[in-house]
Amino acid sequence: MGEVLLECRHLKKYFDVPNGVLHAVDDISFSLEKGKTLGVVGESGCGKSTLGRTILRLLPHTSGEVIFEGKDILQYSRGEMKELRKKMQIIFQDPFSSLNPRYTVFETIREPLKIHKMFKTQEETNRRVRELMEVVGLASRYENTYPHELDGGRRQRIGIARALALTPQFIVCDEPVSALDVSIQAQVLNLMMDLKDSMGLTYMFITHDLSVVKHISDEIIVMYLGQIVEKARGDDIFAHPMHPYTKALLSAIPIPDIRYKGKEAETIKGELSSPINPKPGCRFAPRCPRATEKCRMENPELKDMGDNHLVACHLY
Amino acid sequence: MNEKLLEIKDLHIQYVTDEEVVYALNGINFSIRRGEAMALVGETGAGKTTTAMSILRLLPKYTGKVKQGEILLEGTDLLKATDKEMQDIRGRRISMIFQDPMTSLNPVIPIGKQIGEVIALHHKKMGKAEVENKVEEILNLVGIPAHRKVEYPHQFSGGMKQRVIIAIAIACNPELLIADEPTTALDVTIQAQVLKMINNLRKEFNTAVLLITHDLGIVANFCDSVAIMYAGEIIEQGTLEDIFDHSRGHHPYTVGLFGSIPSISDHKDRLSPIPGLMPDPTDLPKGCKFHTRCPHCMEKCKEGEVPTFVQGTHQIKCHLMQGQATDGGV
Repeated sequence: MGEVLLECRHLKKYFDVPNGVLHAVDDISFSLEKGKTLGVVGESGCGKSTLGRTILRLLPHTSGEVIFEGKDILQYSRGEMKELRKKMQIIFQDPFSSLNPRYTVFETIREPLKIHKMFKTQEETNRRVRELMEVVGLASRYENTYPHELDGGRRQRIGIARALALTPQFIVCDEPVSALDVSIQAQVLNLMMDLKDSMGLTYMFITHDLSVVKHISDEIIVMYLGQIVEKARGDDIFAHPMHPYTKALLSAIPIPDIRYKGKEAETIKGELSSPINPKPGCRFAPRCPRATEKCRMENPELKDMGDNHLVACHLY
Repeated sequence: MNEKLLEIKDLHIQYVTDEEVVYALNGINFSIRRGEAMALVGETGAGKTTTAMSILRLLPKYTGKVKQGEILLEGTDLLKATDKEMQDIRGRRISMIFQDPMTSLNPVIPIGKQIGEVIALHHKKMGKAEVENKVEEILNLVGIPAHRKVEYPHQFSGGMKQRVIIAIAIACNPELLIADEPTTALDVTIQAQVLKMINNLRKEFNTAVLLITHDLGIVANFCDSVAIMYAGEIIEQGTLEDIFDHSRGHHPYTVGLFGSIPSISDHKDRLSPIPGLMPDPTDLPKGCKFHTRCPHCMEKCKEGEVPTFVQGTHQIKCHLMQGQATDGGV
């Protein structure tokens, strides 16, 4: 066991909406070791982005604790929070809307350095910006270009450089490659893995793409309607998925190999039910092929099945 | 089964504006048989959607120019058809499923009416009650309870909206269905449901499908033949077996595409992506369009036309194939 960098304890985030309370993140607990990558997978609307944002305090929490380096950061004051921002950063999904269109590449990357007054002189700041551009593989000729002049892959590199500017320890990556083409996606994924090794970063990698998450994660959390349904080591979850939802997710991915052609995927019926005022019982029960009476009555607890493989299902 | 339903011959399309000329399609050739599912694979900007739009003659009126080529639907050139003839073909013989289910439905008209519109338009003699019956029949076919026909698009989820769009597309039993990234906006479990449904419909009505996608996983599970596009050209095409058999020679771009996909079936430590970016379509490189990114680039790749090498059903547009296959001279 390595040193724990971040720990979530019973974190909840509810939104008040006109027809009730939306349970976006509902009692999530996990811990993340330094230098590891935690993959968070789930379909749209399962609360994975809200989880990432609540941990970074980009959204106010409803209850629970987020322990970072031994302290509950949800109780931090504004001043303490500003200091903490240097250690925790985020890379956003959409490289088109998360960059200021009126800032050049150089200005965008310089912004966090200026806000946090990282360097005394302008030369030092500028040197750091150029260094960051080199690290993420942006040629210096792009210094004075604006985001609209660049393609998605380069724009995402700006987002990565900006997140790295303050030498953070922990980065939440919210679908960083979903908007990119496959060949560009592979370039960016390789870059992120290299940076993790060279700078000792810890990632929380949020995505809906299971093949990407398998590629990059040490540990994986599968979320369904605001709750963790399964948590295990990356290779373990793909080799021995336990929860019916995880199994369905895995079998729904089309595999680029014709040996698998004709193998009818086990499609699960129906769609995500509403996260507003959820009924008691397992949230997956309405779509689950193996649901029993018990599933509709009681919410299953996360149980350790050995070897740190946790699953929330009455079948086990 | 062997009859060619649609054949595209040497199609060149450019988008011409005062400032620049975008070379969107640079001489593509392919054909689809009745009941066949063909995939058009490529990255953003490869010309996939332009191909689809040109078949339906839906290119932007003032900028989209067909410079050369033919689009033959059972031997008739669609490029020479009158607007009225095209109206009859669209929706009835060829129809299209658009990429984004969120924006391609009219938000202020109930979905039943939107489906009924297509039917009424192509079956002028059909009475109101008959159209209603047909709408209900189609809704059942795509797995939407018929009583929901009075609801508006916002009352449906993404996957359900895509079903409505499919219902509109198949309302008149078209011979060719063009599906432009039909599942990109959907979650995997919903994607699996939608693909399964399209496949069932294809088998039931012997509809040919032109599936535009960038997901090789979907291609492997769904299609019979594949054409891979790069910078407005088809650089490799063949049957599913031709393309997915890794023991054969392939175009370096195809190899790069496969190397870029993180796999869930086996473990790779690092991906092997293609370096660089797709060339700017207003300023394409001379010679092979891929030579600037190609790991096997030779002198002769930088100049002149690249021949297409044919081996049975497998066609590759690359100098590397010389000697390995006979020159088809296409």
